[in-house]
Amino acid sequence: MSPHPEPSTGAMLHPELQAQDNTDAIFRNGRRLDHAEGTSKPLRSRPEPQPRGAKVHGNRPIDQAEAAARFIAAPEHEKMHDERLWDLRQKRDREMHGIPEWEELRSLASAIKEHTLTRLDEYLNQFEAKARANGMHVHWARDAAEHNSIVHGILGDHGAKSLIKSKSMLTEECGFRHYMASVGIEVIETDLGERIQQLDHEDPSHVVVPAVHKLRTDVAEVFAKTIGTDPANSDVHYLAEAQREATRPLILTADAGMTGANFAVAETGTFVVCTNEGNADLSANVPKLHIASIGIEKIIPRLEHLAVFVRLLSRSALGSPITQYTSHFRGPRAGGEMHVVLVDNGRSERLGMAEFWTSLKCIRCGACMNTCPVYRRSGGLSYGATYSGPIGLIIDPTFNARKYSNLPFASTLNGSCTNVCPVKINIHEQIYAWRRALVEQHEVPLTKKVAMKAAGELLSRPAAYRAAIAAADVALAHLPRFVIYNGLDAWGKHREVPHPPKQTFHSWHQANRGGKQ
Amino acid sequence: MSSRDDILASIRANLPRVDRPLPGVPLFDDNPPASLLSAFKGNLHRMGGVFLDLPPSGDVLKPVRAKIAGAQIVCSLVPEIAGNRDISGVGAPRDLADVDFAIVRASFAVAETGSVLLADADLNVNAVAYLAQHLIVLLDPADIVVNLHHAYRRPAFRNGHYAAFHTGPSATADIEGVLIHGAQGVRSLSVLPVARNPTGQP
Repeated sequence: MSPHPEPSTGAMLHPELQAQDNTDAIFRNGRRLDHAEGTSKPLRSRPEPQPRGAKVHGNRPIDQAEAAARFIAAPEHEKMHDERLWDLRQKRDREMHGIPEWEELRSLASAIKEHTLTRLDEYLNQFEAKARANGMHVHWARDAAEHNSIVHGILGDHGAKSLIKSKSMLTEECGFRHYMASVGIEVIETDLGERIQQLDHEDPSHVVVPAVHKLRTDVAEVFAKTIGTDPANSDVHYLAEAQREATRPLILTADAGMTGANFAVAETGTFVVCTNEGNADLSANVPKLHIASIGIEKIIPRLEHLAVFVRLLSRSALGSPITQYTSHFRGPRAGGEMHVVLVDNGRSERLGMAEFWTSLKCIRCGACMNTCPVYRRSGGLSYGATYSGPIGLIIDPTFNARKYSNLPFASTLNGSCTNVCPVKINIHEQIYAWRRALVEQHEVPLTKKVAMKAAGELLSRPAAYRAAIAAADVALAHLPRFVIYNGLDAWGKHREVPHPPKQTFHSWHQANRGGKQ
Repeated sequence: MSSRDDILASIRANLPRVDRPLPGVPLFDDNPPASLLSAFKGNLHRMGGVFLDLPPSGDVLKPVRAKIAGAQIVCSLVPEIAGNRDISGVGAPRDLADVDFAIVRASFAVAETGSVLLADADLNVNAVAYLAQHLIVLLDPADIVVNLHHAYRRPAFRNGHYAAFHTGPSATADIEGVLIHGAQGVRSLSVLPVARNPTGQP
């Protein structure tokens, strides 16, 4: 066992993953460091072929359950994924308990975002005016296609053929890399996880840790094929160093750099980028040209509000008090040029959806994903969408209600996502509201709809419900398996139906406490 | 209509018709730590940074000199230490790619997070703080604020064009959660608590 005591961040979900040695870890003053995305315990799994994500067929509804079943059928991947994300959740709790004003910060964050969204036009105007006054170029893009063509135009004006960029969910949303490949501009992702995903031709599976669904052996395989590492060497330090060394020359010779933004401050015209690897600051500060893509919902009014969000973001995401780098861009550097592209891509329309507009408060921390039992066990790629996990369930259908019609059903509605959300989005209630909306829009398959309609009628009549439960308990005890476990019962597909109780609570209560106060 | 007008019109048509006043933000400084320097040091360590303790007597810069003793290329932006790469002669940021150690002075630091703020005025060429293999930061202990609420009241965010909180070295754990120092930026970050020298002379 390790000579160093482990910090107690809680029990493991899969104790068999606990490594016998700690050779991967960094210790300081006898303490294992677990900042950035680092785990608080040594974990090891056995090599296993990587399960791939959802099968996407044009506009046809994504079958999340099918892809999730394949992820679960790869137990090494499933357990590592489950364990790592639960570890992030536990570290988030540790940080939360370290700040007495945590709940007050969440309420403030929610209130600031809601206020800003109700006056979004004014704050965007203010941001634009300040940014222009500071020397930035400001562009506006209605949708993904316009975003891509604006960036293409800026690069064309500078004769730029290569672009280094840091991670940005907005550019994922815009299909930016595919577009740039089609016009002959080389895009180099500089974040380790994002680079792994780019080289493997996969989308990021998580908004913060893009390659969290991969084992070290999967990464070794990708790097051996693409950057020439030893295929037999899956040492994590070796792999990370190889990527650093392979990427650095590309950073030094790139014609342009690109980042996203976590926040944009209207008062000062500043945009803020929060990262751990230093790659965003290299992308922004090495080439002469810096382009930042910013969703219009990233605006906050003043610097004093920024403090609230920076305190919440990394604590919620990774269980670190802050990211290694929190960088504030207020204008171009001497001799440089800075462009900002403000992107709508469905956001203004979402603002008008009475039940769903508060999803625009999201700061992309991923806490809802880390805590979600469905996400942790099915992997982000099973959702077949840019945004996965609980927040994805409520954002994705706004892009395409038919394609993502199954996603709101990939939830237990346990409400844990809502409880951890740093900006207090009522995620599980919106998931439920999407189920209703999709049924009304006829985007839900017939078996699910008939079952829900029958359940709805039953649940609204207590006497009928009690009679049905009693009958079902008798039936479950006596029916042959093929009647219970058939294709129409999705619940029974991967698990046993629980043993029926001998007596319902209602009948027990009637017999024992009936009529008494 | 331009895209700008289109987007703003669409926003106005869809604005939620609810009243949401903008809250003020307290400073949350009722229970500050007994020593800002100790709190800063503890949080810096947690985030992978190195705090260089001042020697009990003699040359206060000795820990820095020891660090850079074996280095080939040192780019110093502070008057206290001489380097061998003059930043004012750097044509393009990429010319700093071979720097082993960069030495800078922080605008200020934050006890709550263990962060130091490096602004464009502190760096001269912003990229030096990321292209160097190692970063050494001088910090005046009088320049530590208690938390981020106080930090965002500092003028650095309103005057310069660039300012970044550095909290430890560049780091990643994108592969199986194994923590690596030296992701794409510096491999180490060390902080020496030494007061500003008002004369600018060593």
